[in-house]
Amino acid sequence: MRRIAAMIVKEALAIVRDPKSRTILVIPPLVQLFVFSFATTLDVTHADVGVWARSQGAASTDLVARVAASPNFRHVLSISSPAQLRHAIDRQTVIAALVIGPGFDRDVAAHRPAEVGVVLDGRRSNAAQIVAGYLTAIAASVGTASRIGTPAAGAVVTNWFNPALSYIWFTLPSLIAIIVSVSGVAITSQSIARERELGTFDQLLVSPLRIHEILIGKTVPPMLSGLFNATLFLAIATTVFAVPFKGSLLLLYLALFIYLLALVGIGLFVSALSMTQQQAFLGSFVATVPILLLSGYSSPIENMPGFLQTLTCIDPARYFLVIVQGEFLKAMPVAAVLDQLWPLALIALATLGAAARLFRARMG
Amino acid sequence: MSAALRPDPARLDPRRLRALLAKELTQILRDPSTFLIALVLPLLLLFLFGYAVSLDTSRTRIALVLEDSGAAAQSLAQAYENSRYFDVALLRASAPAKELMVEDRSRGIVVIPQDFSRRLARGTAPVVQVITDGSQPNTAGFVAAYAKGVLGDWAAARRPALARALAGTVTARPRFWYNPGLESRNFLVPGAIAIVMTMIGTLLTALVVAREWERGTMEAMIATPMTMAEFVLSKVVPYFLLALAAMAMCTVLAVTLFGVPFRGSVLALALVSSAFLLPALGLGLFVSTVTRNQFVASQIALLASFLPTFLLSGFLYEISSMPAWIRAITFLVPARYLIPPLQTIFLVGDVWPMFWRDSAIMAGFGVGFFMLSLRATRRSLD
Repeated sequence: MRRIAAMIVKEALAIVRDPKSRTILVIPPLVQLFVFSFATTLDVTHADVGVWARSQGAASTDLVARVAASPNFRHVLSISSPAQLRHAIDRQTVIAALVIGPGFDRDVAAHRPAEVGVVLDGRRSNAAQIVAGYLTAIAASVGTASRIGTPAAGAVVTNWFNPALSYIWFTLPSLIAIIVSVSGVAITSQSIARERELGTFDQLLVSPLRIHEILIGKTVPPMLSGLFNATLFLAIATTVFAVPFKGSLLLLYLALFIYLLALVGIGLFVSALSMTQQQAFLGSFVATVPILLLSGYSSPIENMPGFLQTLTCIDPARYFLVIVQGEFLKAMPVAAVLDQLWPLALIALATLGAAARLFRARMG
Repeated sequence: MSAALRPDPARLDPRRLRALLAKELTQILRDPSTFLIALVLPLLLLFLFGYAVSLDTSRTRIALVLEDSGAAAQSLAQAYENSRYFDVALLRASAPAKELMVEDRSRGIVVIPQDFSRRLARGTAPVVQVITDGSQPNTAGFVAAYAKGVLGDWAAARRPALARALAGTVTARPRFWYNPGLESRNFLVPGAIAIVMTMIGTLLTALVVAREWERGTMEAMIATPMTMAEFVLSKVVPYFLLALAAMAMCTVLAVTLFGVPFRGSVLALALVSSAFLLPALGLGLFVSTVTRNQFVASQIALLASFLPTFLLSGFLYEISSMPAWIRAITFLVPARYLIPPLQTIFLVGDVWPMFWRDSAIMAGFGVGFFMLSLRATRRSLD
C-alpha cells in the first residue's frame, strides 16, 4: 500500500510540475469544447442556391420570391444557361439550383400538375438532402393555400427532453464522453511509452515496486485529467451554454469512473505493445477512432449494418454516451443506468485484465 | 560557437543529404508503427466511414400507443407498422412508452387517441400526437417528419378527392448530380484521405522531430557539418513520400474494395495532395521545433491539424451553417482547400481552375509554416 501511495504521488507530481504538460491537459479540451459546440451542427442555414427561371409568369415569380425570402438561404444566384448551371455547381458556388421549366406557368394556370427541377451537389449529399427538403417544401407551398380545405387528420409534434431541438444540448453532454476518450487512452499509453523510451521504466522495474503497483500508479494521471476535464465541461455546459442537468451527479460520476477505467485498460494495453511514444500515439489513435465512430455519437447505432451493431456492444463509449445524455436531459433512473453500467464494468474488467496479463507476459 | 564557423544554412551537399535521407528512411521502415499508419489506418478509416458513419436513417425504433380500438385507428396503426422508416412497438398505454424513451430504447412515440375513430366518423379532424426524443435532435427531426408523412399518406389514401387535389400542386423533383444514389461513403472517402495525410504529414513529423530534441540527438546532429536546409529536407522528403504512398493506398482501396468512383485524373490527385502536404509538413515541423517534447507536440498537432481537418474543413459539417467567427477561422484551415478538390476528383472529374486556386492557397500556407519553423530553429540555436 505504501509503495502504491508513493507511485501515485510520483505520477501526480509528474503531471502537475511540468508547466507544458499542465497546460496541454487543460487548454486543448477547452478549445475543443468551444469549436465543437459551434461547428458541429447538422442543420443547414445560410446555404447559397441558384435559380434558373425559364418562365417569367406569376407562379414562377412567386416561387422565386419565396426562395429568396427563405431564412435558410443566403445568396440566391440567378442562372440563365446550362453552362452557367454546371459551372456554379461544379465549383461549389451554389449547393443547389432550382430549374423552372418554360411550361411551368402554363401548367399552374391550367391547374395541371406542375414540376420544377432541383439540381443538387451530390458531393455534399447530406447538406444537399436537407436543401432538397427546403426547396421541395417551398415548391409545394406555391398555390396550395387556395386549394386544400380541412385536412383529414392532423398531427401535433412534441419534443421531449429538448423542446427546441437545440443541437448544443446534444453536443455538449456527448462531448464529455468524447474528450475523456481521447485523453484517457492517449495519456495512459504515452506516459508509459515515454518512460520506456527514456529508460526510466527499467528503473521502475528494478525498484521494489511490483508490476501491478506500477500499473496502478500509471492509472492516476489519466483518471485525474479525465475527472478534471469532465468536471470542467459539466460546469461550462450548464453555466455558459445553459444545458439543463436533470439527473444525478453521483450516478454520472460513478459511470465516468468506470468508463475511465475501461479506457485506461485500453491505454495500458496499447502501451504494453509500444516501445516508443510514436508507436503509443499511433496505437492509441487507431484504438480511439473506432471507439468514437461506433459510439453512436457521429451516427445512430440503429443506422449501422447488423454486424457492426453487434460490434458496438464491446465499445465502452456506447454505454457511457447513453448515460451521460440520459443524466443530462432525461433524468435517467437508477435501474436504466445500471442496465448500461454492467456491460461497461465488464468491459473495464476485460481491458484492465488483458493489459495486466500482457504486461506481465512481456516484462515479467 | 560563432556564426562565422558554420556553413551557409541554405547550402545543400548531395552526399550528406543522401546520408541523412538514408538514416530517416531506415528509421521509418524499421518502425512497426509505419505499417500501422500506412496500411491499418487507411483500411480502418475507410471501413468505418463506409459502414459505421451513415447519416441515412434506416428504421428508427418508436412506440405506438393505440388508445382507440376502432377500425380507422387500427388501419392507421397498420400503416405505421408497414412503414419502412419505423420499427414499431405496439402499446396500449402511454406510461410504458415513456419509460422506453427514458431508457433510450425508443426514439419516439405516436399516440392514436381514444376519440380518433369517433372524431373521424363525425367529420372533425382527429389529432395524432407525435412525441420525439429531443436528446437526439437529428433523429427527432426525422421521426417527426416521417411520422407526419405516414399520417398524411394514410389520410390521402382514405380521401381520394384530397389526394387528387394534392397531385395538382407543384412538386419538385430533386436530382443529385455526381452522387445520384446519395451514398455517404462517396464523400467520406476524401475525408479519410485528408485524415491519413494529416496524421502522417503533421502528427508523425511533429513526433519525429520532437523526438530528436527530447532524446538529445538533435544537439548531436547540430554538431555535425549538416546544414539546416539539409536537416529540414531529410525530415520532410521521407514523410512527404510516405503520405503520398498512404494516400495512393487509400485511393486504391476506396475504388477497388469500396466501389467509390474515380472520375478525375491521377495527376490532379497528385497535385492537390502534394500542395496539401506542404502546410501539413510545415506545421508539424513548426510545432515540434517550438515544443521539443513529443507528448506536448502530439497534443498540439492534434489540436492544430487533426481537429480542424475533421471539424472545420467542410468534410462533415457545412461551413455555411457555422457562426461567422468560426467561418472566419475555417479560411485558415489548409484542409478546407483540400476537401472540395478531393471530392471533385472522385465524384465529378477535373475542374482545373478550382484545383489550381486551392493548391496555390495551400502552397502559400506551406511556405508560411516553413518560414516560421526556420525562424524558430535559428532562434533556438543561438
